[in-house]
Amino acid sequence: MSATLNTRRQGIAQHALYVLRGNPVTATAALGGAALVLVAALAPWIVPYDPVASDVSNALQPPGPTHWAGTDQLGRDIGSRILMAARLDLLIAASAVGLSFAVGAAIGAFCGYRGGRLDRWVGRVVDVLMAFPLFVLAMALVAALGNRVENIIIATAVINLPFYIRFARAEVNVRRNAGWVEAARACGEGHLSVVLRTLLPNVLPAMAVQVSLNLGWAILNAAGLSFIGLGVTAPTPEWGIMVAEGARFIGTGKWWLVAFPGLALMLAVLCFNLLGDGLRDILDPRMRT
Amino acid sequence: MTPLLQVDGLHVTFRTRHGTVPALRGVGFALQAGETLGIVGESGSGKSVTSLAIMRLLDRAGRITGGRVTFAGQDITQAGRADLRQLRGAAMSMIFQNPRAALNPIRPVGRQIADVLRAHRGLSAPAARTRALDLLRAVLIRDPESRLHAYPGELSGGMCQRVMIAMAIACEPQLLIADEPTTGLDVTTQQAVMDLLARITREHGMAMMLITHDLGLAARYCGRIAVMEAGIVVEQGPTATLFQAPRHPYTRRLIAASPTRHSTLADLVPGSAPPTPAPIPRPSPGTGPLLQVLNLQKTFPGPVRAVDGVSFSIPAGGSLGLVGESGSGKSTISRLVCRLLDADGGDVVFSGEGIAALPARDFHRSPLRRQIQIVFQDPHDSLNPRLTAFDAIAHPLRRMDGMLDGAALTGRVQEAASRAGLPGALLDRLPHQLSGGQKARVGIARAIAPRPRLLILDEPTAALDVSVQAGVLQLLDRLRREDGLALLFVSHDLNVVRMMCDDLVVLQHGRVVEAGPAHAVFDAPQAAYTRTLLDAVPHFDRQPLPVEAVA
Repeated sequence: MSATLNTRRQGIAQHALYVLRGNPVTATAALGGAALVLVAALAPWIVPYDPVASDVSNALQPPGPTHWAGTDQLGRDIGSRILMAARLDLLIAASAVGLSFAVGAAIGAFCGYRGGRLDRWVGRVVDVLMAFPLFVLAMALVAALGNRVENIIIATAVINLPFYIRFARAEVNVRRNAGWVEAARACGEGHLSVVLRTLLPNVLPAMAVQVSLNLGWAILNAAGLSFIGLGVTAPTPEWGIMVAEGARFIGTGKWWLVAFPGLALMLAVLCFNLLGDGLRDILDPRMRT
Repeated sequence: MTPLLQVDGLHVTFRTRHGTVPALRGVGFALQAGETLGIVGESGSGKSVTSLAIMRLLDRAGRITGGRVTFAGQDITQAGRADLRQLRGAAMSMIFQNPRAALNPIRPVGRQIADVLRAHRGLSAPAARTRALDLLRAVLIRDPESRLHAYPGELSGGMCQRVMIAMAIACEPQLLIADEPTTGLDVTTQQAVMDLLARITREHGMAMMLITHDLGLAARYCGRIAVMEAGIVVEQGPTATLFQAPRHPYTRRLIAASPTRHSTLADLVPGSAPPTPAPIPRPSPGTGPLLQVLNLQKTFPGPVRAVDGVSFSIPAGGSLGLVGESGSGKSTISRLVCRLLDADGGDVVFSGEGIAALPARDFHRSPLRRQIQIVFQDPHDSLNPRLTAFDAIAHPLRRMDGMLDGAALTGRVQEAASRAGLPGALLDRLPHQLSGGQKARVGIARAIAPRPRLLILDEPTAALDVSVQAGVLQLLDRLRREDGLALLFVSHDLNVVRMMCDDLVVLQHGRVVEAGPAHAVFDAPQAAYTRTLLDAVPHFDRQPLPVEAVA
């Protein structure tokens, strides 16, 4: 039935276009998000300067024709550093969110479907996790595991996990008694495949919203960890470090050291947050007519 | 006398992605004070849109594009927001189809009734509370003092509907619009609720607009009936005249499709049935029954036994109806027989093999899984929203026969779809792009695709229009005759069961109250409960009965 599949794909594309046309905010956010990903992917080839090469004679240049975002205290081109940083920040955010999504959705879906004692225990563990101030928990994890990129990812994933578990649990729980779940069992599905093949796909649209909102938050989290010195270490270009280092020069009027990385951070978070709602409209089959 | 409500040439259109769609195309009728008018029609005919337009509760996409609605001398289509707030709830109020969904789930029902009184009558909190208590008494809720503090979730569907009625009559409106007030309720509850509504409207001199798909209900409770089809009133008149001498072809079709005490399957769709239906294949004597249920027991957490010692058997190609109200255990039995649920005791023997011992958890691996299939109650709820009709029908074939995409699978799916009367062009659609009847056919096609020997039908037509129901019932009957499929027909609709089944089991509180050949149980019910059930079914008589037919 490849013909069927093609028409369905076409339908989804058409539907996405329809949603975007009717919703300029989502369209803008989608464009922004796409641009961000593109920049991150192509960063090494499009940056005008080497982001880590210092040139002390050119230090602290304000934005101008040669350096559109100015240079920092070591004369590094801030624009180039911002573009390179997008790569690392997005990588951290996407891996962390992907990890917590995969693990959280699986755990939550099984708890929501099974209910009973397992569900109660997992629920309490999630409650305990959420009782921590999450950023402090992430700091503790990175401090304990060591200042490495993979540990930032793990820490960000762990503090996101409770939300995914709860979300997936709640979404599966309301659907587990639906007629089509029973029907799937009558079609010869066991409990395991009912969860994986029938329930999870139906929960995904709602979770996609969470993923998108979470991406923004994860970027902020990674930058925050680096900002306080518990994350990526200098000289690696990263938005959080750039803001942290630039903060020292704000008092002397060198605003561009902080403003541009901060702006990049803000725009990235804004894009993913706005994308969330639009994503839900696109993925929900009932929105398609 | 000027009528209380006068609707003239009402046009309503809905704005959709594909342009504007007319929903009402010049609806006109009048309602005198104190009169009860029935509005009947099938889904999509515009009944509910009419009531919403009168209340001016259409959602944003809907717009009144023409006509007038005059209520007590005031043109409602021109009324402002403030006027409407005065009218709604006070001068006209509405009872919705799904009472549980229409009540706020996190507020005690007493408070919700009091809210109405405080909003419209400006009563103080204690006064509103007292009045709310009176109202709960008026709608015959037992133990009203404690029910005042109950949440909707703690009340049964019938009780919730009574609370809704209490809210609707709280300000003694002149017009009560009841939109399918008893759909989804048991027949005996339906009778109690409708009797209550009829009494209250009579006592208070209220006019009532009863919107229903059930002709029998309209016949029993309405003085006049308007029949709607595709956004217009095709015929209206006094109830007796309308049923005895329907003029419009649609009215005739509708009346024919509504099962009554005496109709047969062939009556439902005039001129459609084959002149001589294939005989029902009978098993050769000496073979055991296809399905035997022995002393089945099931208890859910809680005080009551859901199923308490139920036994019955179905021969190959036979059909048995399980009848009862909600809570009678009929759906539980269907899940137990279908092995989606484990019994606590008793046995289910399918073609000589005891299958109750195999846990439901593992039954999907049993070769018998394909032999026992089920069609679920609500076609809207029983299709995975992410699977197209094709994928839904292919699901059991892929899972149980390991069929991969290809000509063989496509052939089987198309065969099942065409047997279920589903046009092949619809196979690419997702459930929400299908109508109720089409979804029901997908559900049936899915169930017959693996070529089962026993088909369990859990209220297969409860959510369908009568004309669609007629088609589905004929389809099921044909499958039974042609394929020798045995049917376990679970239903609350006695008229439907009588037409479809050889044998009948009446259940109450998980126990068998009466069992026997269907016609015998119908013509001479032994148990009092069976008689109550039979009497509660509202009906109309298509024509005056021949004297000897009254048995």
